[in-house]
Parts: sequence; C-alpha cells; structure tokens
Amino acid sequence: MPSETPGLRLSSWEVGETRRLPGMEIKRLEKELFEVYIGPQHPGSGHMRIIVRLDGDVIVEADPDIGYVHRTMEKLAEGRSYVKIIPLIERMAILDACNVTLPYVEAVEKLLDIEPPERAKYLRVLLCEINRIGSHLYGFGIFGVFLGHSTMYMWPFGDREVFVELAERLTGARLTHTYPIFGGVRRDVPEGLLDDLRKATRYMRRRLEDYRKIFLDNPVIRRRLEGVGVVSKNMAIDLGLVGPNLRASGVRYDVRAVEPYEVYDELEFEIPVFEEGDALARAWVRVEEIKQSLRILEQVADKLEKTKGEPIMHEKFWAKAPPLFKKIFEKEGRVKLMPVFAMLRLPKGRAFARAEAGRGEIVYYVESDGSPQPYRVRVVSPSFRNAIMFKYVVPGHRLADLPAIYGSFDYFPPEADR
Amino acid sequence: MEGGVLERLKEELKDLAKSVEEHKGFILVLVDPENMRESALRLRSIGFDHVKSVTVVDRIKEGIFEVGYHVSSYSNEDLAKVIVELATHIPRDNPRIRTLTDVWPSAEFQEREAYEQFGVIFEGHPDLRPILLAPTVAELHPLRKDFKVVEEGIYKESAKAKPASGGDKVGK
Repeated sequence: MPSETPGLRLSSWEVGETRRLPGMEIKRLEKELFEVYIGPQHPGSGHMRIIVRLDGDVIVEADPDIGYVHRTMEKLAEGRSYVKIIPLIERMAILDACNVTLPYVEAVEKLLDIEPPERAKYLRVLLCEINRIGSHLYGFGIFGVFLGHSTMYMWPFGDREVFVELAERLTGARLTHTYPIFGGVRRDVPEGLLDDLRKATRYMRRRLEDYRKIFLDNPVIRRRLEGVGVVSKNMAIDLGLVGPNLRASGVRYDVRAVEPYEVYDELEFEIPVFEEGDALARAWVRVEEIKQSLRILEQVADKLEKTKGEPIMHEKFWAKAPPLFKKIFEKEGRVKLMPVFAMLRLPKGRAFARAEAGRGEIVYYVESDGSPQPYRVRVVSPSFRNAIMFKYVVPGHRLADLPAIYGSFDYFPPEADR
Repeated sequence: MEGGVLERLKEELKDLAKSVEEHKGFILVLVDPENMRESALRLRSIGFDHVKSVTVVDRIKEGIFEVGYHVSSYSNEDLAKVIVELATHIPRDNPRIRTLTDVWPSAEFQEREAYEQFGVIFEGHPDLRPILLAPTVAELHPLRKDFKVVEEGIYKESAKAKPASGGDKVGK
C-alpha cells in the first residue's frame, strides 16, 4: 500500500488525516497531538491493541483495547459438567495449565469437602513449579523480542523446552495437561523422571547466570529498563496488581505464602521482593522466582522418592473405580477418568479459591445449585488484573519506551481475555 | 484467625450489614445497595485495599443481580489471609448501582466487564464502556441467564433438530 504511506513528514500531514505503518495506524488529532493505534497484530505478544495519544513522542494517554481472544469461558462453563470445565479453562494459559486450573479444582474440592492424598499434592506442586518456570522463560523470550534482543528470545525458548518435556513425560501432553482432577491427579511419575528433573535444575541454574551476563547486566538493556515504567508501592496496591509485577514494587504478597495451598507450607522457599518497581526489577523478580522454583522442585523430588507407591487419588473416588482401573494404575501409574465424574453433582454452596500462577494470583468463584452443571463460575486471571497497568503506568513515557514497559509486564492476552 | 475477622466485621458493619456469614473460602457480607459505598469505605479503612473480583451472579428466578466485590489486603498480612465479598442485590430490570472505583481503583476494568456481560450500570464510573466484547455483542449481555448459547451439533441430525433456536439453515 505505497499510496497510503507517504512517510511521516509532518509538513504535509493534515490535521485529521490518518497514515499507516506496519502494525500501526496514526491519526493527527491536533497540530501537536497524534493518536497511534498499535496492534492488535504486533511483533510481541499480539492479540491486543493499545491506543496511545502522543504529544510529540511523549505518551499523554494510553487505552488498552483487549478482548481479541475472548472465549466467554464463564458462560461456556455454565453449560458443562464440572470435569469438562478443566480442559476448557486451561486454554487461557496453555503454558501454565496446571496453575490456572488448580484453584478451580480446589474450589470444587472445597464444595465436595474432600482433600487429595499427600502424594497427589506433591505431584500437583511438581507440575505447578515446572509450569511456573516455563511461563517465566516464555515471558523472557517475549521480552527479548520486544527489546530486539534476539539471543534473549532464542535462549529462554530453547531452555523452556527442557521443562515442557518434563511436563510431557509426567502428564502425556506438552501443554494443556489437565493434570489435577478432583481428588487427585491423573498420573504418577514415570521411571527416571526425577533424576532428569534434578539434572534440569542444575542446568537451569547455570543458564540463569548466562542470562544475567548477556541480558540483565547488559549495559544496553539496563539503560532501556532502569527507571522505566516505575510503579510505586501504593500505586501497585491501589491498582490491585498481581504476581511479579506486584512484588517488584515492594509488596510481599504471594498466595503460596499467604494462604498456602497443597503442600507449600511444608516446603522451604523465599518470596523475592524488589523495591525499585521499574522494568528491570520486574525482570529480576522473575529470575529470582525461577531459582526458588528450582529449589522447590528438588525438595518435591526427594519427597516423591520417599512416598513411592502411595495413592494419588482420593479414597472415596478410588473405592468406586472399576477393577480394570486399578489394574491400569498398577501397571502404568495412570488414573483413567473416573465414571463418577461424568455426572458429578456437588452439594449446594459457594466456594472461592486462589492460587499463585506464573503471572500472579488467579481466583475462582464457583457456585453450585446441586445440578450437574455449575450455576456460576467466575474466574479472574492475573493478566486481566495487570491490564490496568497500561492505562496508568504507560502515560508520561516516550513511545520508544513502550516496548520495554509492555515486555516487562509479561502480559499474556489469551489469559487476560479468558 | 478467620473467626476473629468474622467477629470484627460483624462489629464494624453491624449497622449496615444485613448478614455476615462464612462460606467456603470467603466471608459474605450482604448489604442494601444504598449502604454499599459506606460499607466499602469502612472495609477500606480497616485495610481491605484491593478488589480481586467483581462477581455478578444472575439470580433470574428472584429477578435480581447479586453484585459482589471480592476484596482482600496487600498491606495487612493478617487480613491478606481472608477474602471478603461485599455484595448487594439490585433489580434485574433496572440494574443500577453506584460505582466503587473511587474507593477501590482496582475495580475499574472489572466493573467494565460486569457492565458488558450483565448490563449492570455503574453510576459515576469514570470510563464505562465494553472491555472484552465488541459493542454489538456487548449489547446482548451474554452472561445473563436468559442469553442462551446455541452450540453447533457434532452431527448433522442434532443441528437439524433445533432449527427454532437459530441453528444454521445452510444445509436444509
């Protein structure tokens, strides 16, 4: 479309005229005020449009236009039986599937008044932490793309493969694992997985040091991130931010510590908190969190070796399983889909559950009216709660800082849109 | 620990709350619509500083929307362990309620979501327009119980079986 792109020469640009650049549309609103439509297709994470108004090249207003991948999950959930909702909701963050489905499963378990056996809890934590590392590495890759740092795109995406493969061997699926189910998990650890897990943790620690050298301590990257997109502690609280974005602003809040679910209260780990609140701090929080996740993984591996052979499904359900199921479990360590789940009816009631997903806190409200389908499922994902940052943090920066700020938020549109 | 908060909430909101009861994972505080703002201000002053979820439930049989704010705390470590839902009932045919974005700025985008999905009008909201849906879809308020989802059948028979509900008529 050469006729539509006469360049950005200001002298020939009428007020009210729109010009196009790849992935952008720019309208001159006043002599010195431009409206720029960025996206929804752009080279970073995609599926999201930001409308910014520029005075010169300073952003005076930013309006995140989200919802391009909205799938009405809350509505669809009202027409499905409880167990079918798990594979539905995990589609909002396929790379973080265990973390985003776990609070839903917990909410249903609260309504059923059951608790999974201990080994199942450890297995859930195992996959949660593998997912968390995978999710942070993915975020780093996208961050690298935003900053034009191709090494930081290639390395984390390559290293993420290690953890995706571990998840595949544990669950049978690279992504969308549907691993935690009511009363337990679907599979036990296969032979040799825990040894490879320990190898992976050693490898990842080494790699984080490489990341520091090439990316986080790189003078060019530091100049682009330090003091950019600063969120003060009070602002982070007021905007209700979650996850690493919150902890980079000095708020010590992590659901794993505040309201420990599964077996997080038996594990030793720290909550990394940074005070600076800028884009660099948000990157550092993620690096430190990966280190803590590696620590958790090693403890979980030790524990799983000690509890070998213990049940991974709640006895109430397991007692009703056909003999064939028990045979398959003994042979392959696999729990087939329980017949009791097909028409599972929950007692009437309301439950609320939360968990710390890779990008932050995810909450579920589940209401049952006693029928096989829920009356209401409400889910608020971490990225949706962080979307408000675009509106309140971006203004005041130069347009050239936008990719650095966007990348540092680790914003994931499919998760926000649900 | 949670029992203490429950007692404290009953004490703080005794002139406003219709009921304070414990559910699985949260404490439900039910108030009249005109007392929402005052209750929210009190919760905020105790230390409930952010909104986790604006949860609207369509109770179509009773003809009401239940508008609830699930709130908790970042600044107070004891309150962070507790989740409180401040909820009220508003009529389905005139779903209007005062916004709480000035008390909790974190509710801004979630009130926009409740506006498009249920048609709840938050009076005084600084920027009330659809957020996830396209404007034409938002007018239908898809999360209301009387909005029926027409799902495509896997087999042709089942698609044919429901022509009245607006299934596709291409194949005849």
